[in-house]
Amino acid sequence: MLDLQIMAEAFPNLLQGVGLTGRLAILILIFGMVIAIPLAYARNAHSAWLHGPASAYIFVIRGVPSLLQVFLVYYGLGQFEFIRSSALWPIFRDPFWCVIIALGLNSAAYTAEIIAGALRLVPKGLNEAARALGLSWFQTQRKIIIPLAARLALPAYENEIILTVKATSLASTITLLDLTGAARLEVSNTFAPYEVFLTAGAIYFCITTTLSWLLRKLEQRLSIENRGVAQKARELRLGAAAHA
Amino acid sequence: MTLAWLSGYGLQLLYGAGVTLSVAAVALLFGTAFGLSLGALKTYGSRPFRYVAEAYTAIVRGVPDLIVIYLIYFGGTIALTRLTGHYVDINGFAAGVAALAFIFAAYASDIFRSAIRQVPRGQSEAAHALGLPRSVTFFKVVLPLAWRIALPGFGNLSIILIKQTSLISVIGLEELLRASAVVSGATREPFFVYAVAALLYLAITSTASWGLHRARIRSNRGFA
Repeated sequence: MLDLQIMAEAFPNLLQGVGLTGRLAILILIFGMVIAIPLAYARNAHSAWLHGPASAYIFVIRGVPSLLQVFLVYYGLGQFEFIRSSALWPIFRDPFWCVIIALGLNSAAYTAEIIAGALRLVPKGLNEAARALGLSWFQTQRKIIIPLAARLALPAYENEIILTVKATSLASTITLLDLTGAARLEVSNTFAPYEVFLTAGAIYFCITTTLSWLLRKLEQRLSIENRGVAQKARELRLGAAAHA
Repeated sequence: MTLAWLSGYGLQLLYGAGVTLSVAAVALLFGTAFGLSLGALKTYGSRPFRYVAEAYTAIVRGVPDLIVIYLIYFGGTIALTRLTGHYVDINGFAAGVAALAFIFAAYASDIFRSAIRQVPRGQSEAAHALGLPRSVTFFKVVLPLAWRIALPGFGNLSIILIKQTSLISVIGLEELLRASAVVSGATREPFFVYAVAALLYLAITSTASWGLHRARIRSNRGFA
């Protein structure tokens, strides 16, 4: 039923798309995170001027399909003369940057929601204690709140990473040759969609499974419980050494 | 421009929104049925069946939705052509619904499984003691209790499903996103057209999440 030879021949061609898939995912996640952090603080702010726009942004992005957002940036922005004549046109004309902008803005909304939730989980007393010790707001955030919130956010953020890797496949709809794009090209050359898409699916599966395994390892290392255990173990060993 | 919009383009987008809603509704129906079966299999099934169900979820989770859609659309055409001996062109609607239902079921089965597990064991033991057969116990005792627990996760998945229908545009079904692409080609105002489509999607998804919010409140009547 399955033509293994086609699959074997398609494999190296598909692997050439993996690099672009990886580059897209990394840039989208970085861009998304840069926007998500201030967005998360705005979302948690008491001031309606900060809270309102941030909540509205998250609501709109989460209510609209990401493929539509990609089309809006790639096809939509070219409608305006002032964008076509601006210095930024080389960026908005390039499908690579359009995907990163569209999916980065998309990922920012979801990531902001994760970070805002984690920030709310950090006990208030820590903030108050740090301020009482004379730390500035920035120092408090950087040294106390963010390290704790990051660990709380990690499990949900892992999911966001995997979803982003999968979302990069949307790049294939605007002519990019990422893994999905390479698969589509291979299909139009071999007319064997079954074999080629199965191979592409298998490659994606290996990437996402390895990634989530690595992330789970990282999470275990960073988890607060393990820290406590490690600390106790060290004290015990020190105690034993003192006795010896 | 306004006249053209009122006469044709606006209607074309609204028609696309109708297709989006019907794809989502049919996929939700099949996806829920399949997801519930998989969830029951994961809870009650013997080991080999359980492994198959787990593997299914793991695979769908690990592969982009677009790949699943391509596989079912192009792969389905080839499989049916080989099976029947002559060329079969799969309907975009059917392929889209099937792909979305398969994806939905993979995620929904985990939600159903954990909901079924959270129903106190005493409920099914009591039903057993009353002499109810296993199928009646499941459908009349466990499931009505599990629904309430499953509702928030199920609701989130349904809203994701509505947004996923946009992916079906890649296989040519004229739902809202594909209709917007066609209209923006005709009007040469892609930003405006896609923005209108975004508002339509937003209206659909926010209505759905409002409805789910009401349903959640209603399902929690009598619970503290």
